[in-house]
Amino acid sequence: MLTIDWSAFTPASSAAGGVLIGAAAAALALGGGKIAGVSGIVGGALADALAGRAQTTWRLQFVLGIVLAAVLWSLWSRIPGTFTHASWPVWLIGGWLVGAGSRLGSGCASGHGVCGLARLSPRSFAAVGTFTATAIATAVAVHLLLY
Amino acid sequence: MDLLALFCGLLFGLGVLLSGMSDPARVLGFLDLAGPWNPSLLVVLACAVLTAFVPLQLAQRRRLALLGEAVTFPQTRPINRRLLFGSALFGIGWGLTGLCPGPALAALPSLHAPVWLFVASLLAGMASVELWQRRTAQTRLADVHTP
Repeated sequence: MLTIDWSAFTPASSAAGGVLIGAAAAALALGGGKIAGVSGIVGGALADALAGRAQTTWRLQFVLGIVLAAVLWSLWSRIPGTFTHASWPVWLIGGWLVGAGSRLGSGCASGHGVCGLARLSPRSFAAVGTFTATAIATAVAVHLLLY
Repeated sequence: MDLLALFCGLLFGLGVLLSGMSDPARVLGFLDLAGPWNPSLLVVLACAVLTAFVPLQLAQRRRLALLGEAVTFPQTRPINRRLLFGSALFGIGWGLTGLCPGPALAALPSLHAPVWLFVASLLAGMASVELWQRRTAQTRLADVHTP
């Protein structure tokens, strides 16, 4: 039976954060004609580096912006998150799957999840449905096997 | 363009941190239906998509963005096995760790070792796809040139 964890549910800050993420995607799309998909941006920069091509600088600026936001945030508050629930092989394998999967699938939670759904792209609906399903199946399996 | 990308990255990073999505426990609280369920991620996604909806629809219909850059959105392609397989892998990694590329970048300045391991592995996964793609492209090229 599904029980809602009301103590961990934070609708106000989640809504505000979601609006900021959406506004960032909106500004990059309308202003610059680009999709604010983190895996596409990081993967594109990496592909340029591997091929020895000159970097497309806006990609690096976007990544710098995210990291800079977190540095500024950490000056007066703690960055949300504890990272102790998994052992190092899990972070290693999980990171590889997220990296390879997002490149093969042409997007992650920002590119397909935010931008693709807002564009009403059928591919993004298929991608979001698929990765949400396998993520839920994995998280539930880990829960049932380990706890 | 570079300044816009930096600004959008800052906004995006701030949104991720404010929404609490840099915390894998909150993401897993949404994905793990076997435990107490935290619907926060759904609120983040819904607000982000709703905010981005009209601007992305407008941008999608333009040839040039407001700054004069060409609008380079992904072209409409069919839903293929590569998209579904990649998204499935992405979901498994996401469900194992509770991290995806955007929040992982935003969590880097927390200096938690697992996040750095995750991001390093994510880059390795992306590079693997890149190198595999290059090899298959060369093989195909060789096939074409073989009489």
